[in-house]
Amino acid sequence: MPEIKLNLITGRTIQQGVSMEHGKEKPAYRDACGIIEMDSEDFKKLGVWRNTNVRVTSEFGTVVVKAIEATQGPHPGLGWIPMGPWANMLVDPNTYSMGMPTFKGTPISVAGAKEGEQVLGSIELIESECLGGEE
Amino acid sequence: MSKIVTDVVCPFCGTLCDDLEVSLSDDGKEILEVYNACAIGAAKFLHAQASDRITRPRRRQEDGTWKDISYDEAVDYTAKMFAESKKPLMYGWSSTNCEAQGVGSELGEVVGAVMDNTATVCHGSTLIAVQDVGVPGCTLGEIKNRADRVVFWGCNPAHAHPRHMSRYSIFPRGFFTGKGAKSRKMVVVDPRCTDTAKTADIHLQLEQGRDYELLSAIRVAFRGEKLPDVVAGIPKEKIYEVADTLKEGRFSVIFFGMGVTHSLGKNHNIDIAIAVTRDLNDYTKAAIMPMRGHYNVTGSGQVWGWQFGFPFCVDLTRGFARYNPGETSANDLLMRDEVDSFFSLGSDPGAHFPNESVKKIANLPSVCIDPHITPTTAVCKVHVPVAFVGIEVGGCAYRMDNVPIETRKVVDPPEGMLTDEEFLKKVLDRVREIKEA
Amino acid sequence: MAEFLVKNGFVYDPVLGINGDMVDVAVRNGKMVDASDVGTNATVIDAKGMTVMAAGVDIHAHIAGPKVNVGRNFRPEDKLFNATPGKGVMRMGGGHSVPTVLRTAYTYAKMGYGFALEAAMPPLLARHTHEEMRDTPIIDEGALPVFGNNWFVLEYLKNNEIENTAAYIAWLLRMTKGFGIKNVNPGGTEAWGWGLNCETIHDVVPYFDITPAQIIKGLIEANEYLGLPHCMHMHGNSLGQPGNYGITLETLKLAEGYKPKGDFGRDQVLHNTHLQFHSYGGESYTSKGFASASKEIMNYVNSVDNITFDTGIVTLDETTTMTADGPFEHHLSHMNNLKWVNSDVELETAAGIVPFIYGKNTFIAVAQWAVGVELALMAKDPMRCFITTDAPNAGPLYRYPRVWKWLMSLKARDALLEDAKYGDKVRNACYIGELDKEISLYELAMMTRAGCAKALGLSHMFGSLKPGLEGDVVVYPYNPETADDPELIEQAFGNAHTLIKGGEQIVKDGEIVSNGNKRTFWVNCKTNENAQVQHDISEKFKKYYTVTENNYGVSAHHYTPNPYVIEVDATK
Repeated sequence: MPEIKLNLITGRTIQQGVSMEHGKEKPAYRDACGIIEMDSEDFKKLGVWRNTNVRVTSEFGTVVVKAIEATQGPHPGLGWIPMGPWANMLVDPNTYSMGMPTFKGTPISVAGAKEGEQVLGSIELIESECLGGEE
Repeated sequence: MSKIVTDVVCPFCGTLCDDLEVSLSDDGKEILEVYNACAIGAAKFLHAQASDRITRPRRRQEDGTWKDISYDEAVDYTAKMFAESKKPLMYGWSSTNCEAQGVGSELGEVVGAVMDNTATVCHGSTLIAVQDVGVPGCTLGEIKNRADRVVFWGCNPAHAHPRHMSRYSIFPRGFFTGKGAKSRKMVVVDPRCTDTAKTADIHLQLEQGRDYELLSAIRVAFRGEKLPDVVAGIPKEKIYEVADTLKEGRFSVIFFGMGVTHSLGKNHNIDIAIAVTRDLNDYTKAAIMPMRGHYNVTGSGQVWGWQFGFPFCVDLTRGFARYNPGETSANDLLMRDEVDSFFSLGSDPGAHFPNESVKKIANLPSVCIDPHITPTTAVCKVHVPVAFVGIEVGGCAYRMDNVPIETRKVVDPPEGMLTDEEFLKKVLDRVREIKEA
Repeated sequence: MAEFLVKNGFVYDPVLGINGDMVDVAVRNGKMVDASDVGTNATVIDAKGMTVMAAGVDIHAHIAGPKVNVGRNFRPEDKLFNATPGKGVMRMGGGHSVPTVLRTAYTYAKMGYGFALEAAMPPLLARHTHEEMRDTPIIDEGALPVFGNNWFVLEYLKNNEIENTAAYIAWLLRMTKGFGIKNVNPGGTEAWGWGLNCETIHDVVPYFDITPAQIIKGLIEANEYLGLPHCMHMHGNSLGQPGNYGITLETLKLAEGYKPKGDFGRDQVLHNTHLQFHSYGGESYTSKGFASASKEIMNYVNSVDNITFDTGIVTLDETTTMTADGPFEHHLSHMNNLKWVNSDVELETAAGIVPFIYGKNTFIAVAQWAVGVELALMAKDPMRCFITTDAPNAGPLYRYPRVWKWLMSLKARDALLEDAKYGDKVRNACYIGELDKEISLYELAMMTRAGCAKALGLSHMFGSLKPGLEGDVVVYPYNPETADDPELIEQAFGNAHTLIKGGEQIVKDGEIVSNGNKRTFWVNCKTNENAQVQHDISEKFKKYYTVTENNYGVSAHHYTPNPYVIEVDATK
């Protein structure tokens, strides 16, 4: 399966803000933040359709999100996931001893999601990642 | 006839708009409409009315389900958790009022906690940079009335601070800026072509993470020295142009955000952005301002400043205040397993911390105080819903430019619900009882 | 309420004319009473071999508010090695030049103070100042809003509209719960909005077309029109510049012909704060180029009766400078290249904050020290000269007792000059070598309480042990009959044996035992309805402020939970 490498940045969007205030447990929050925005060039390289699910993986984790065309582009080579639990599965937690995790500029790889892989809601995602009971 | 409450202060972002109008039902119990607010602010007011809102504390059972408990039980759980902890982490403190922050500070002192606020994942880099080099700043009215050069560096107010440009920075007609946006040149520096960048006179679409180089190049350009052909993906001609534009202004301002504080370099990126502003003050008047996120993260730093002397990462565990970001910062403490309980109020680290930190929270005794259901409540042992500050209880908040405004109460909270401040006071009393026993 | 009888101490009370006599002092129901008016149940404090005074009154210090907090938050190094844990009723504290509010309160209590005036409150940020004052226990406090660069004031005074200026000032005092009129670098701070300054009292303020001299006279007139408790509180133009004494003399002379009005018993119409920074001769900071002009300044001050001043004595420490004089701090940051914070406030004022090291081995720092000391030693009327360090600008608050040591002991001054690398050059450039005066305890009581209380219009409450005044008494472990080592002065006056504040014992045997009953003082000045001013206020809020008019005023319940409101009627 083809895979592309991007540089991940995260941040606020108005949809992220609005849906967050309407309730992070609601589907609208997932729809606003469980996404990755990519340039059309990158879609071509990856060979997936717009608005399909992709699996994004970094050194620090992996998560399934929906791939959509960049709304504030072009930004070739950059992947954008709005701030939230989905992005935070991937970002570099290293603070380099100054307190701040390295939220921007995480190398990621993006591949088409497997059959049946869904974008989880924020609560499901956190519970499955953190309350797995394995620890 | 509905009732209108005016001069309402919006408890969402650091823009802290204070001109909202809220219309209420005749009995004054229900919010019908919110005027003047941005989409996010309006959503916040309206969601407070949601029919599925949680109004009583809950505790997670062995089987993972939630069970409602009383506020007294929640107070007792929290107080005992603190009393049994050697090093509790009390995190958040940004979406609440200064009254709650004040009581929380005293509680933190009594239980010997490490206290950190959302600056730790937001403008902590800025706070450190200010400790290195200071900061020439001003209130937002100075921008409105005087600024003719406005830079947004690594920030996207069109999305994150939706009314910033219309209230303060780009569009308003001020005393010396009678032509509004026409009086101003707008520069945006961002690796994306953001909705803010689309309205700018100049957009520098730099390579992500190359902020330090570009800022340094601007300092070179100020001095008329030679630049390489391209810096951070920006041709030198463009850099000279921006440098001249800023120098020629009567009043230049740089607003900056997470694009600079979150990228590698972090506090050093801010150091040099401040140095650019210092330089500019040798030619004209200039200021620089962090686009603070939560509506009262600034207040949290202020309250801790006057009580402990530090704006974030305050370690009270030794009985006196220590400060060392990297050591006493929330994410480092969690990831290094250095705290033995977790308390969150006025923030959502579950959603906004790297997952590695969130996993650690899930393994600790924990309490989350939040009106909403959030990813943090999902990993905490006890969830205590409270009244919304700025909607159901008033109290002081500090805008991103350190202007304190008293937020207003618009409606009553659902019957029987406590405020942050009330809950913290009960915990403080209970902790003292336990300690004395 | 508790009763106290302080017995056997050497009492210094210039108001009552008691000069070291052994007199019993009594407090009942929170007030001073005659010693015969307390019962046998009174708590007796044996002050044998100790000094007894009314609690101290600080007329000028930067201890609460936005710029102070900038100082705290941007200087973690200021807390290095001096943090203290909580103990008993005390909470934890930290900070050397910009202490936390808790430490500020404990420091004042240990120095025997009961009242302090925060010297500069930006009106738009008044809530911040009040939050800090509220959280500062023990001492009573008030704060002076700044007016000298306020757009309303500039516009009214340009047309010499005193009544409108006064009405606006009264409105603003109510809105901000302020105590009086502060005037910092008049015009210069507004000019700083464009990176400029007004360096003399005749420089025209850009756009507003008014001079500092007009602003100064106008604010004096407005102050007396209202009859406020305190007078116009002046920080003049060109602070800290060599050769500035001429500008200072011109500034002081603007007060000629004005007489105090109102019911508060003060004699002055102008208080010049931190006069030390305004009394420089010469043309540079070098030992060849600098000269003290304290004599020139004091010759004038001593010759008039309607001016008071405080010293602003340099303590030769590392400290943090902070002032609403924005252009000065910018200038300072270019001199020492340390970190610089600037904070301009829309329509009103500005502030700058820069760390500063007054090195004992530099010429200029010791010369500045000398200038400040000279002013106090040359003052003919100790009821008009008050000892401050402009804390923390010339030195940290807790250094007051060291300053008193210098003023009270020639030996201590000589030792300092002996020890300083350029001591001889300072003697040459300044008047310090000619002065052998030593301030007496009687004079000290005037310079640190009786005179300050009078100048603030608070002599009916503070500054003396006269029956009926507030029950504020301090006992210092200092025996004036036996003490010969000047170090005993510094030790004793920084470690009060007893402090009674408002009738409650705060310090007992040198330990803080109560957080007292702190009050916030503000002045509620009633004026006649003024439609013009009301209109102007509404317009400015609609067009130029970034908060609404309804969100400007400081509410009582949260910010001043325990107010002491001084009512002034200026309607006639």
